[in-house]
Amino acid sequence: MSALPVGMALAGHPWRWAFFALLVVLAMLAVVSLRRLSALDPKGWQVRFATPLLFGFWVLLFWEMLTQGFEVPKVLLPAPTVVWASLLQGAPTLQTDFVQTVLHSVLIGLALGSGLGFVVGVLIDRSPFLQRGLLPVAALASTVPLVGVAPIMVMWFGFDWHSKAAVVVVMTFFPMLVNTLAGLAASGHMERDLMRSYGAGYWRTLFSLRIPVALPFIFNALKINSTLALIGAIVAEFFGSPVSGLGFRISTEAARLNMGLVWAAIVVAAVAGSLLYAALEWVERRSTFWHPSIRMG
Amino acid sequence: MTDEARPRSAVGAPPQGGRIGRGTVPADCSSRTSAGSVLAAGNASGPAKPVLRRSLERVLHPFAPVLTVLGALGVVWYAAAAWLNAPQVIERVLADQPGWGLAELLPLTWSMQRPVLPAPHQIGLDLWRSIVDWPLNSPRSLLFHTGVTAASTLVGFVMGTLLGLALAVAIVHSRTLDRSLFPWIIASQTVPVLAVAPIVIVALGSMGLTGVFPKSVISMYLCFFPVTVAMVKGLRSPGVMELELMHTYAASAGHTFWKLRAPASLPFLFPSLRVGIAAALVGAIVAELPTGAQAGLGARLLTGSYYGNTVQIWSALVMSALLGLALTGAVAWAEKWFTPGGRK
Repeated sequence: MSALPVGMALAGHPWRWAFFALLVVLAMLAVVSLRRLSALDPKGWQVRFATPLLFGFWVLLFWEMLTQGFEVPKVLLPAPTVVWASLLQGAPTLQTDFVQTVLHSVLIGLALGSGLGFVVGVLIDRSPFLQRGLLPVAALASTVPLVGVAPIMVMWFGFDWHSKAAVVVVMTFFPMLVNTLAGLAASGHMERDLMRSYGAGYWRTLFSLRIPVALPFIFNALKINSTLALIGAIVAEFFGSPVSGLGFRISTEAARLNMGLVWAAIVVAAVAGSLLYAALEWVERRSTFWHPSIRMG
Repeated sequence: MTDEARPRSAVGAPPQGGRIGRGTVPADCSSRTSAGSVLAAGNASGPAKPVLRRSLERVLHPFAPVLTVLGALGVVWYAAAAWLNAPQVIERVLADQPGWGLAELLPLTWSMQRPVLPAPHQIGLDLWRSIVDWPLNSPRSLLFHTGVTAASTLVGFVMGTLLGLALAVAIVHSRTLDRSLFPWIIASQTVPVLAVAPIVIVALGSMGLTGVFPKSVISMYLCFFPVTVAMVKGLRSPGVMELELMHTYAASAGHTFWKLRAPASLPFLFPSLRVGIAAALVGAIVAELPTGAQAGLGARLLTGSYYGNTVQIWSALVMSALLGLALTGAVAWAEKWFTPGGRK
């Protein structure tokens, strides 16, 4: 794309009308192509994926042309090619950041927080009293900016990934608790009575009926938590971290006005978030294959 | 059971929801309120009890479990504070006083200057002092910082809601946008949007924009996703029957929108607004971090962490929690006010 003759200073350039004409023609082409494509029957997955992809392509193209053509300062908005170049150039740095933030803070914190929420949910499911006490607290926790515990965790657990994982644990605990409890309550009386008529005890009923029924809820919580975990880990790094980590990279490079690398770090975070989400979605489809919403398609 | 009838599923589970789940009904505490009513039978008061005590029990009954949990939390907190602060107290104060016991140790652990974990009453005292001792426009007053954060939260919330509404209306009425833009909006929910906060602050700062506006832009970013997603669902919630009825009335698209689609979408709008305003608050607080802003709850968190002033961190944290509760409470109140016929 950098081959396009748009890197010039437009002011006073004799060929600048050609650039504007190209821009207008491409804009019309974009609108027409998107309208034509979205008017197609969306039965096949190709059409369903092609339309957003084409839209994304046009957005990137215009982003590139406008930022290059009008020489938008890189601080404001770097062109996609600039971001791509710094992504390739900073690949080794970003790789250590990825390991530090995603593989350590996020995955460990997510596993601990969600696991703890699930276990506590299963435990207090037997006590209506505790449920009525804890659920309002959990509901309140959803309105509270829990990410604010980050400075405390950094103080307690040090600068390394342990403190970030602790923030993630705090943030992911309550969604999992609430959803586990709702999921465990989702199995109907008929099914429970059937289990009892089989002579199944509490644990047998739990593992053969109630946890499978609760799985859609649990995966819902896991998917919410996957985004929360990335946010928690990145924001916690704003409060202090060793010299690696996506949040650390974003905040320090932004302070140095090295916006190409900042955007590259954000691309890495975005891709990591989407992959995590997609992986959870895949596992969910494999493990709740019986659920009507999946059987239908 | 008050909330069950409403289509809460529009915005996913209460904490940071906004995801379109596949038939998974999100959890909510309100749907479980009857679960504990079994307990009522257990300690139900007999007919012989005095009237005063019975009515007291009736008032306290719904709160008893919450109060118990909070009380237990307080006990655990004090114990944890004693446990965590004890090593420092022993090292600094009690080391040269031979023969000290638990009676000397405990009060000291709960009244340290810079404790590892401050006791609840220390946080309460710090909150009280910072509110009462200083005038509202002093940077030492916590209310001043709360006001700064609340202002950018609210501005961002209004901008985000308007943007979200506009996008939703556009998506519902344009097949092209629906097919090409909407998938990106949904996909962007899997992305840690908050990471762009430093960029927005720096970029807008380089254009000479500082103060409330850049922070509200970040709140806006976080806020408009849930509103858009819920409103697209809400505006589409009228069935074929209702739409065809409007058609037989020869209603224009505008009429259909105002008379049918907009009212039908209200139950979807308000849950998304509650998610949105909580997200906007998180955005405002985080936006105060990267540039080391001078004012705001996020700045209080940051300076507290720089100087190791734990009590200040905790009181800022408690204050932001209270602000979050107040903001979501206000939205819930507006929901009651604006929903025709009250909350069903």
